[in-house]
Amino acid sequence: MPRSAWMRGSGRDATMSAHLLAELTVFVLAVFVGFEVISKVPTTLHTPLMSATNAIHGIVLVGAMLVAGIADPKLGVVFSMIVVFLATLNVFGGFVVTERMLQMFKPRTPPAAVRDGSRQP
Amino acid sequence: MTSDVSATQTWIDAAYLLTGVCFILGLHYLSSPRTARFGNRVAAVGMLIALVATGVVLYWGTWWIVIAPLVVGAIVGVYSARAVKMTAMPQMVALFNGAGGGAAALVSTAEILQLISSGGPLPIDQALTIMLSSIIGSISFAGSIIAFLKLQEWMTGRPITYPGQQFVNAIILLVALAAAVLVIGNLTPGAVPLDTTTTYFIGLAAALLLGVLFVLPIGGADMPVIISLLNSFTGLAAAMTGFVLSNNVLIISGALVGASGTLLTILMSRAMNRSITNVLFGAFGAVKAVGGAAAPDSSGGNVRAASVDDVATMLAYANQVVVVPGYGMAVAQAQHSVRDLADSLEKRGVEVKYAIHPVAGRMPGHMNVLLAEANVPYPQLFDMDDINPEFPRTDVALVIGANDVTNPAARNVPASPIFGMPILDVDKAHNVVVLKRSMNPGFAGIDNPLYEEPNTVMLFGDAKKSVDALNSAVKTL
Repeated sequence: MPRSAWMRGSGRDATMSAHLLAELTVFVLAVFVGFEVISKVPTTLHTPLMSATNAIHGIVLVGAMLVAGIADPKLGVVFSMIVVFLATLNVFGGFVVTERMLQMFKPRTPPAAVRDGSRQP
Repeated sequence: MTSDVSATQTWIDAAYLLTGVCFILGLHYLSSPRTARFGNRVAAVGMLIALVATGVVLYWGTWWIVIAPLVVGAIVGVYSARAVKMTAMPQMVALFNGAGGGAAALVSTAEILQLISSGGPLPIDQALTIMLSSIIGSISFAGSIIAFLKLQEWMTGRPITYPGQQFVNAIILLVALAAAVLVIGNLTPGAVPLDTTTTYFIGLAAALLLGVLFVLPIGGADMPVIISLLNSFTGLAAAMTGFVLSNNVLIISGALVGASGTLLTILMSRAMNRSITNVLFGAFGAVKAVGGAAAPDSSGGNVRAASVDDVATMLAYANQVVVVPGYGMAVAQAQHSVRDLADSLEKRGVEVKYAIHPVAGRMPGHMNVLLAEANVPYPQLFDMDDINPEFPRTDVALVIGANDVTNPAARNVPASPIFGMPILDVDKAHNVVVLKRSMNPGFAGIDNPLYEEPNTVMLFGDAKKSVDALNSAVKTL
């Protein structure tokens, strides 16, 4: 059976369903971990949570690099570059915007100096 | 050679595991505003580890195909993330989300083209995950773009509906599914000679169209649900791409994001007392909005308008003021003025709190971010359940650009379209001041009986100007 990427593990064909089941196990367990961890995030942080998870699904950049960084990209040069661009935009935009939002969340700041200083752009 | 490759692959997989751990820890640290920044950085380090590890196996003969878009993407991403205004955050998130979904679909497209060109029937497991990744990713991409256009107001925020809309959507969904079945089952339809590649692209096009069409009838007030749902879609698409590439880090990350998006979607629809299907297919506010917008001031019989000085006095001599922000505050960019007014009140010894409804604004937590930008300390921001018992002992509830989330009809008018939706009980405060541009009904086009309550006064005008005027008046008292 033809495989699409050369770095794929050998012997997968013989144990295809076992392999798929192993991946499915990882997926299902990660979903449960996700629910568990996310349910502890307070509503105040829901927007940063969204942009952080946004950045995290930018991990598809790994896939984009694997697709573009081969000798003969099947998607063609232009589309390979588009896919890397989109995923990179997702990663960098996501993390930076999250950082920017989170640095604004402050506990009570009674000293007037802090308030005045933080008004600077 | 082979053992060398698999040894390298083992190290890379170990690095990916580390990345997965970093992501989970990063999300864990988001459980408190104190540790959240650290969490974001931990996740970013995890991403860096994965990218460096992936770089090891790439073919660097044509390095520019990877590096050029990487550099450009990083520059554009960082620049736009820094330049974007906090009020524009929902559309920014929608745009980045769409980029991720589009990337996932394109990666799967590359994989299936490679599989097809290498000949022979497609392995079923590969074809299945490729189709899932392409279809979900495309829906997410196209849907996010439409959401972006609506939020950016390059397109009307009102629901766009036409007769037979759901029938058309169903047909297109069927086309996408049929294409998927044909590709997965290695079937070629007898009557029409289509090769697998053509069938695949028909499915892809149908999914893109579906993404556009399913967001078109969604109105602005339902955006928190849709943004969360699209976030979850992109996560799932990334996870499916992980199955396609046999790559655990994509599977883990995609699953985490999928779970997060799903959880937020559930929370948001619960906060509106509506099911996901109702949000998706209800086109809320489409019918009534037309009549409502055409007849402003239709119900304003018992509405009392107050002057700035009256309201300023009310606020200045209160013990406790609860500010209820809504999308109108974001539109007017009034968050800094609100904070200044709160400062003046606090100097006079007034206790100021903020009541945040879960679906206030255009995305989950939208109001919290805006107020954080204006340096409102987060301990002053209260969730609906925490603040509602406070209203009976609140002297003034100051409603700034919020409407439906304060509508008492949700509590006591069974015929109201929003009946059953959990609301902020502002009507239980001693006095209610509503800052509003005009008597136009809110987004959903539903009259708000709150405005006719004897303890309610209206202050008409732009929210920012009104709040600034209140602040000056309070200072002179």
